[in-house]
Amino acid sequence: MKHLISAGDLSRDEALLILDTAEELARVSERSIKKLPTLRGRTVVNLFFEDSTRTRISFEAAAKRLSADVINFSAKGSSVSKGESLKDTALTLEAMGADAVVIRHGASGAPHRLANWVRGSVLNAGDGTHEHPTQALLDAFSMRQRLGRIDGLKVAIVGDILHSRVARSNVLLLSTLGAEVTLVAPPTLLPVSVERWPCQVSYDLDAVLPKSDVVMMLRVQLERMNAAYFPSAREYSRRYGLDRDRFAKLHDDAIVMHPGPMNRGMEISAEVADSPRSTIVEQVGNGVTVRMAALYLLIGGENQ
Amino acid sequence: MTHARNQVARAVLEGPDIHRALTRIAHEILERTRGASDVVLLGIPTRGATLAHRLAERVAQFEGVKVPVGSIDITMYRDDLRLGPARPLGKTDVPAGGIDGKTVVLVDDVLFSGRTVRAALDALGDIGRPKAVQLATLVDRGHRELPIRADYVGKNLPTAKSEKVKVLLSEIDGRDAVELLKGAEK
Repeated sequence: MKHLISAGDLSRDEALLILDTAEELARVSERSIKKLPTLRGRTVVNLFFEDSTRTRISFEAAAKRLSADVINFSAKGSSVSKGESLKDTALTLEAMGADAVVIRHGASGAPHRLANWVRGSVLNAGDGTHEHPTQALLDAFSMRQRLGRIDGLKVAIVGDILHSRVARSNVLLLSTLGAEVTLVAPPTLLPVSVERWPCQVSYDLDAVLPKSDVVMMLRVQLERMNAAYFPSAREYSRRYGLDRDRFAKLHDDAIVMHPGPMNRGMEISAEVADSPRSTIVEQVGNGVTVRMAALYLLIGGENQ
Repeated sequence: MTHARNQVARAVLEGPDIHRALTRIAHEILERTRGASDVVLLGIPTRGATLAHRLAERVAQFEGVKVPVGSIDITMYRDDLRLGPARPLGKTDVPAGGIDGKTVVLVDDVLFSGRTVRAALDALGDIGRPKAVQLATLVDRGHRELPIRADYVGKNLPTAKSEKVKVLLSEIDGRDAVELLKGAEK
């Protein structure tokens, strides 16, 4: 593994290696000294062209716990706002000697381009509506932690699939790991190519819920919507929101996930989000360990 | 890693020898620590961890003392990480009582350059502050590169630097033996 750009690039063994490594690293977060010397002297650049709180902080915490030096670069107030191209930014980073570049970009495919311009490893922290592989890895990690396995799990991913890089990465990774994924959304919020994805599709949340072991609710990304995808927020919430009544249809061991940030009252009710069967808070903690594992496996060894 | 064909493996310790060596080490630990009341045994994965459990069994057998036993992975503390691809991690399992104020006996299968033990000492420092750290090893094959020595040695085995020492344990390998593999050309 040189880069982590798409969850679809990971073989089953590679994905399991990341999850197993994360499981060992999770213990570091429980110690009084939450730091390992492994990446001492290595430089990790966080290159964020889009707003992000949890992913950037999570990557920063992960790199720092491995003793790497972290340089944060956000597009606002940088030379990018003066018109610098991605390539020129990449060459600047290259000159600084970045061993890994964590990139979030509004354009799908930006990390892929970047990987051709820099010598270090590129980690995709979300590119447009394309992919967000570390989110999928931390979701898989959280599922395995709660339910003990991924193979054979029935996972429903509900909501704005069209604009969701989380959904795509999760479908690719979970199918590699043997889970059965069903996407649930109004037809307007499904991408056109969805029939080629390794998953099933349903428009009826109430029919899917009783059969699901995991329900992953996605945020409705109003900022990416430049057209009317559904009549009103209230109607969306009534048909595709996870409220108390729908929650009651799940079997007793099923868990509820959400990649955050949540719109409470829209896709998920506050009561469900705060229930003990929701993994929303532990997903954040697991994000740090999974990203530590990814950074260690990508740049912990020899320079290629 | 050198991958050598036609290597001749010579068994230097057989099952009963290993059994006797571990029995003696367990007695020595009891003697040196005056009953092992504040001892924690920490094995270095993979085979050191197995040996630590065997030593704990013997200590319990001889004096009825239940010694906390666990394992400490040193991969993230190695000084040669940059010389190869990233390695998978071993299991770290620190007993519930922790190691603060305890006498930690590190257990490994082979003591060679001493670099593994150096890494283990760093790892210990991040987990707690033991009262003392001792080292037990099944085989000491010499060729130290750091000022480190073992407190308990199963067998001192003179070797050439090019030789390889392989420890087999029944829990992992199906049988107990220590084998010496003749000099593989690099």
